[in-house]
Amino acid sequence: MIVYKYIAEALFYAFVVLTFMGGFMAIRSRLLMHAVLGLAISLFGVAGLYFYLGSPFLTMMQILIYVGAVCIIIVLGVMLGNTPDQLAIKNITRRNLLLALLACSTGFVALFVATISRTEFVPATQKVGDMSIRFIGESLLFQYCLAFELISVILLTAIIGSIILARGGREGKVS
Amino acid sequence: MISANLNTYLIISAILLVIGLYGMVQHRSLIGMLISSEFILNGAALNFMAFNRFVAPNPAIGQIYTLFIMGIAAAEAAIVISIIITVYRKFNCEDPEQLQDMKM
Repeated sequence: MIVYKYIAEALFYAFVVLTFMGGFMAIRSRLLMHAVLGLAISLFGVAGLYFYLGSPFLTMMQILIYVGAVCIIIVLGVMLGNTPDQLAIKNITRRNLLLALLACSTGFVALFVATISRTEFVPATQKVGDMSIRFIGESLLFQYCLAFELISVILLTAIIGSIILARGGREGKVS
Repeated sequence: MISANLNTYLIISAILLVIGLYGMVQHRSLIGMLISSEFILNGAALNFMAFNRFVAPNPAIGQIYTLFIMGIAAAEAAIVISIIITVYRKFNCEDPEQLQDMKM
């Protein structure tokens, strides 16, 4: 039975590697389509991490919403936007690299060293409810009803807003 | 077991946030910046889920927060893509340095 634990651990490493490789591919590739592919791979890895955090529901939602919807929207944007090649090539300038490395290293060091290693996280003494879908559904409909309604209002506003924004034809185009 | 440790997930989400920041600074196109913002949102969501699993007393609240983040990310992606299409129509380019007036 200990073998199953090792297999689960190896799968965890695989999901972590998937996440980071996808992220690296998304930020370092020159073609935007490869960047979107890297984003999809990375989001798939994060979905696996959600499974290890004990929530199969969020795993499915992550694959459905992020990999299925958001990545497809971004692919549509890439195909409609038609970024020229020279813009993609001049992506990596020396100033940009320097700024990016500076921003990342400071953020990472601040987060990694100062907070995580010194803080003692105390688990809750008693838990109410469990991680089941039934409990999430009941909480969404009774206790966190406002959040549920806000999500729907935000999505409706986004649909209407994006239709209005992208509706106008090509008559306003600067040639 | 490294997969049952809170610090592992915190480090993973910190690295996701850093990947997003790096891409946000380094990409020179609007869609690349949108992709990087998705990484930042995912880091935040993973952080919520990690704390939800290990320290929070109510295990539903972190999942609801993560669902909220997913909904906002989907809405944001739709809005940003339509804005990018409009900007591309107006300026004929996607270079953020050439977009200097907001007049449509």
